[in-house]
Amino acid sequence: MSNGNDGSGAPGAKGSRANRYGLRTVALVYLALILVLPVGMVFYRTFENGLQPVLQALGDPQTLHALYLTVVIAAIVVPLNTVFGVFCALLMVRRTFPGKSLLSVLIDVPFAVSPVVVGLSLILVYGRTGWLGGWLAENGIRVIFAWPSMVLATIFVSLPFVVREVIPVLQEVGVEQDQAAHTLGATPWQTFWRITLPAIRGGVTYGVILTTARALGEFGAVSIVSGKIAGQTSTLTVHVEERFQQFDLIGAYTSSLVLAVIALVIVLAMTLLKPKEAGS
Amino acid sequence: MTISAIGITKRFGDFVALDDVTLEVTGGELTALLGPSGSGKSTLLRVIAGLEHADAGEVIISGEDATGRPARERGVGFVFQHYAAFKHMTVRDNVAFGLSIRHRPKAEIARRVDELLHLVQLKGLAERYPSQLSGGQRQRMALARALAAEPKVLLLDEPFGALDARVRKELRAWLRRLHEKMHVTTVFVTHDQEEAMEVADRIVIMNEGRIEQIGPPRDLYEKPGNEFVMSFLGPVNKLGDVLVRPHDVELLLEPNGASTEALIHRITYLGFEVRVELELPNGRKLWAQTTRESAAPLEPGTTVHVRPRATRTFDGDGAEMRPAGDSPWWDRRVTMEVHHG
Repeated sequence: MSNGNDGSGAPGAKGSRANRYGLRTVALVYLALILVLPVGMVFYRTFENGLQPVLQALGDPQTLHALYLTVVIAAIVVPLNTVFGVFCALLMVRRTFPGKSLLSVLIDVPFAVSPVVVGLSLILVYGRTGWLGGWLAENGIRVIFAWPSMVLATIFVSLPFVVREVIPVLQEVGVEQDQAAHTLGATPWQTFWRITLPAIRGGVTYGVILTTARALGEFGAVSIVSGKIAGQTSTLTVHVEERFQQFDLIGAYTSSLVLAVIALVIVLAMTLLKPKEAGS
Repeated sequence: MTISAIGITKRFGDFVALDDVTLEVTGGELTALLGPSGSGKSTLLRVIAGLEHADAGEVIISGEDATGRPARERGVGFVFQHYAAFKHMTVRDNVAFGLSIRHRPKAEIARRVDELLHLVQLKGLAERYPSQLSGGQRQRMALARALAAEPKVLLLDEPFGALDARVRKELRAWLRRLHEKMHVTTVFVTHDQEEAMEVADRIVIMNEGRIEQIGPPRDLYEKPGNEFVMSFLGPVNKLGDVLVRPHDVELLLEPNGASTEALIHRITYLGFEVRVELELPNGRKLWAQTTRESAAPLEPGTTVHVRPRATRTFDGDGAEMRPAGDSPWWDRRVTMEVHHG
């Protein structure tokens, strides 16, 4: 499972007290410098001039549209990647087929490839001069510089999370519960809904949360394929950059704050929903 | 409710798990598939259940050809070694599973589940989760779950294999009583000969993907068809071609016509049973199983006179041979070699 231990030292670990506290201090200072301080600064700067400018920035139609678009994209991407992820994990764990290791590598590609490259490659395929783009344009379907390409980019970058979270859980659960359900008369469909899915629920939930976080926070690939049309193809992350470049610092900080709050809620949900299996 | 498995062959890659195996199980009987690990006994059970598909052969369950049918249409109850409990469901929901997926009326399900929980002595634990049960309780729950949908046959794959020795003994006796009450045709897999002898009406001894012998426990013990069966069903001393059970090795203080001298190496007391390790004049070692009383006058390092009450000899094909010639029992092969030479 992917949950680490709570940081208490291994029982057999050697080393003096000072040594142990020293290590903890290093870890905490490191985290403070790269994580807590910058995020804290965003909070501080946002409210530096009081609540009024923040509310004003929040009410800005372009900010609202960016938030709306971000949520819509996540609402399309997360269910798609969840269904694909569970299906793919079942395939990887329970079937043997030629090309299985190739599939495994392909699933990890989005982890390895820079989102910028993803954006550019989407333009190569779906752009006006692209491989499929010409045909799409003739039929009046606009992909690049419109929401479909942003959805595609987000699907791509958040693809591996559900698969990678569910695979180890499926391996741990094994097939015996499913086989027992079969011998008791359950159809494959009944078995999936009543036995398999509840058994892997923890892994799926965790994968969904990670996918959501990634979908909401994606910047690189989306910023390339979106064309960054304010009020039209601007997501929250793109909106932050745009405000920042226009020296609307309060606008940038406020949108960042919205993203940070969403992230906090997600992390919180992750901690709360992480299943605490009662014994084994 | 008979089971016929006819000419079953199953390979896993190059490994032949079942080699043209044919088995008939009579209705109402409790049959044990007994053999060492890798003998194909579990595979045979899983082929009958439809959890594995045979490369060749047919499975007929109570007169109907089940060969091509999926497990869910075979009407079998299956119990796994590691319980396969549905961890996210209460004991009640586990037992009810087979009925609720068939959309039986709620009241009927509740009645049947209560009945079964009473039968497996888990009545007070209906609302618990499997993780809150002991191994023995989980396995009884699994058994109730398998019985809920009224299977034609009950198949148990090493049902007590994951339990500790004491619980295992309890559950054996309990399974035997349950079977006497229900009379469901039952096949269970085990590698424990004592378990098979204690519980089963009939034992099927398997080895390397084949059936070695089938029969009631006592017949198999008293008339083993070959050396494998004899040595798998209990301890054996092998002296050349001669096999003798340790409890058939008689220890005498005075020489007797057919006896031979032996040196006592070691005496082990196991409560009522006493094991005496011996060495014959020709260097061969054997051990005798005796009682505390008969072992009382014996001392390690002294000699005793040994005589077998019964011996068996099998030829290369496994058929039993009658003792031949007047050569002494403990040296028969050597004498035969002399004759041939």
